[in-house]
Amino acid sequence: MDLNKKFTPETWPENPEKATLEAKNKFVGFWLFLGGETVLFATLFATYLALKNKGPSGFEFTTQGLFELPLVLVMTMLLLTSSLTSVYAMYHLKNYDFKKMQLWLAITALLGLGFLMLEVYEFVHYVSLGFTYDNSAFSSSFYTLVGTHGFHVAIGLVWITLLIFRNAKRGLNLYNAPKYYTFSLYWHFIDVVWVFIFTVVYLMGVIG
Amino acid sequence: MSSVAQKRGFGATLWDWMTTVDHKKIGILYLLGGGFFFVMGGIEAMIIRIQLLKPNNDFVSAGLFNEIITMHGTTMIFLAAMPILFGFMNAIMPLQIGARDVAFPFLNSLGFWMFFFGGVFLNVSWLFGQVPDAGWTSYASLSIASEGHGIDFYAIGLQIAGGGTLMGGINFLVTIINMRAPGMTYMRMPLFTWTTFVASAMILFAFPPLTIGLFFLTFDRMFGGNFFDHTMGGNTIIWEHIFWIFGHPEVYILILPAFGIFSEIFSIFSRKRLFGYSSMVFATVLIGFLGFMVWAHHMFTVGLGPTANAIFAVATMAIAVPTGVKIFNWLLTIWGGSITVTTPMLYALGFIPSFVMGGVTGVMQGAAPLDYQLHDSYFIVAHFHYVIVGGVVLAILAAVHLWWPKMFGTMLDEKLGKVTFWFFFIGFHMTFLIQHWLGFWGMPRRVWTYMDGQGWNSANLISSVGALFMAIGVIVLVLNIIKTSVKNERVGNDPWGDGRTLEWAISSPPPFYNFAQTPLVRGLDTFWIEKQEGNASGLTPAEPVMDIHMPHGSIIPFFMTVGMFIAGFGAMFRLDYSWGLPLLIFGLLWTFIAMSLRSVKDDLGYYVKKEDILKDLKRKGGQN
Repeated sequence: MDLNKKFTPETWPENPEKATLEAKNKFVGFWLFLGGETVLFATLFATYLALKNKGPSGFEFTTQGLFELPLVLVMTMLLLTSSLTSVYAMYHLKNYDFKKMQLWLAITALLGLGFLMLEVYEFVHYVSLGFTYDNSAFSSSFYTLVGTHGFHVAIGLVWITLLIFRNAKRGLNLYNAPKYYTFSLYWHFIDVVWVFIFTVVYLMGVIG
Repeated sequence: MSSVAQKRGFGATLWDWMTTVDHKKIGILYLLGGGFFFVMGGIEAMIIRIQLLKPNNDFVSAGLFNEIITMHGTTMIFLAAMPILFGFMNAIMPLQIGARDVAFPFLNSLGFWMFFFGGVFLNVSWLFGQVPDAGWTSYASLSIASEGHGIDFYAIGLQIAGGGTLMGGINFLVTIINMRAPGMTYMRMPLFTWTTFVASAMILFAFPPLTIGLFFLTFDRMFGGNFFDHTMGGNTIIWEHIFWIFGHPEVYILILPAFGIFSEIFSIFSRKRLFGYSSMVFATVLIGFLGFMVWAHHMFTVGLGPTANAIFAVATMAIAVPTGVKIFNWLLTIWGGSITVTTPMLYALGFIPSFVMGGVTGVMQGAAPLDYQLHDSYFIVAHFHYVIVGGVVLAILAAVHLWWPKMFGTMLDEKLGKVTFWFFFIGFHMTFLIQHWLGFWGMPRRVWTYMDGQGWNSANLISSVGALFMAIGVIVLVLNIIKTSVKNERVGNDPWGDGRTLEWAISSPPPFYNFAQTPLVRGLDTFWIEKQEGNASGLTPAEPVMDIHMPHGSIIPFFMTVGMFIAGFGAMFRLDYSWGLPLLIFGLLWTFIAMSLRSVKDDLGYYVKKEDILKDLKRKGGQN
């Protein structure tokens, strides 16, 4: 593959994310990987539901007493918006508009960072209440489920930052287009997982 | 770049193997690594049988015995059977579909190194004298209570090795989905490729639960987690569920490729098309699906209640149907065939009755009420050795003989191969058949020793002598390999004479780019079709000779894995020493930096020039 081949929006292929065999492999491989990730999170969800509100005798923490929806709602909004901005970025990827794509991805990363910082704040807050990782089965399963999601967000942030800086000077080509595209797939996936966390952990926690 | 071998120093050769991304070389690496651990696990098995040779024996202590049975099971499943099968998938599957490599050569290398370092991590426990001792299933309450770092070695070692397996699974899936040669439709794929496909899909969905289960175990033991500790609100049964949601598909991940290997062998050495090809494919997929629906049959005695037990009992018995379809298809493939009883064929013929016996005892245990009687007795040990040894190991030994010429370019000695078979086969039945009765007579599994006068003495003696026979069989195989390698008589493309699939149409071993021209596949058993039509080159090309794109080798996979290896020790010694946590962070950083390097550094591969390929072709007289 020739990295120096210059495209115009007219010669740029319609689906740059699967224009070469390598890209197609990445595309299919990443979808399959997300299938595996789904099972991974399903296992975490199942464990959380089994251990929710469970602790040693005299255990006082409950989902109702612990969670506060306003903060989580802000986090949800940040992450959902970041999914939307990554869609804009992919729109510009397909139109071969490198600068706008980078800009929207940077916004995506900033929103993701905002989410992550709020999550860190949330965890620190819980720990200050005495709800530490080794406090109970409930705390272990909660931190492991939500923390694994947070870890995925962090990995995504490092990934997109590397991509943005690595390609800043050389623009789009058929070698890095699939890399950007798989990132957006990944980002949507973590977003979907968060929707489930928001529903199963927080909403169902506060309501029932 | 030319495929002509040049004399090189040891360092250069070592570097070449450490950085290789060639699927054939990685296949050989898997075979070597898996073979090494197979011998380790075999030695552990021999120690078990020596200990149980006579009543009140004290050849090994009770604690050491627990460690040995744990390591025997873990090693054989994760570090021997799976990697060896992965070796064949790597070496053969891309050839069977007419591809030049797997979809992700870099990941392929990473997967191998993760398996290898994970296995080494697990076995380093012997040097520390703190060995996993809670059985290969490592049930939570027991494994949480186990002292020392034994279980930590288990959790972290399997975590690393399991990650490698997951990558391998995704890699094979994408290879098969995207890289089949023109004309190679799904329903023309050889059965070994099909079973690789289904087994890989099962790996994709079965290994993430193991990952999570092992993390829970790690967190509980090393980071203050409370998943399995009931005094803290945890639930020990969660481990059992998660382990078997992984563990049951795992045994089908092992047996399906074995089915694929035997399907190839029956067809080749009966000189007939596989009987009922499409029903074979259907049965494979159905087994893959049902394999996920039956995990709780390992937990009948836990107390899930009669409804759950009944559902899982019925689902379990349902698997016997597609398996039966397969058995009958194999029998009807042999029926009326022009049979040559070569070593691989001997294994295949021995496999059918052996595996059927294992399957029948499986249905017996699938009946939940009877399972209450059989649970945790030697009957279980007999059953799973009948399916794993009588199915998977016989397939592995058959495949070693079948594909050795394709992988190494020289034939294993047929006479010694048959000697291996008879020692192994007789030894296998001697060891495990009698264990069914030992179970009926009340001998519990995993027991260190037993008292005299319970009527178990002679049965255990017979069993131990059988194990010796198996060991002799394996030693003969090793001698055979040494003898063959020293003699090194080169063979042609199709050394068995009756090859049917694409791998037999190219030289043994194939050039590093596999196919000079991507072949056009004209039907099921395409090489056989070409031979029947008198095509001397054995292939119809789908493209003119042109430059071939190949990936670069890389040392990064090796380094990534070293980082994980270091981080594993850091996690384990975090609570014991002050340097534990820094070491954990250092190892993880190392891995992430290696990953970033991979991401940032462009790897566009290189082209093999058309002229070089033409030169290679000419040297071989126009043959592929």
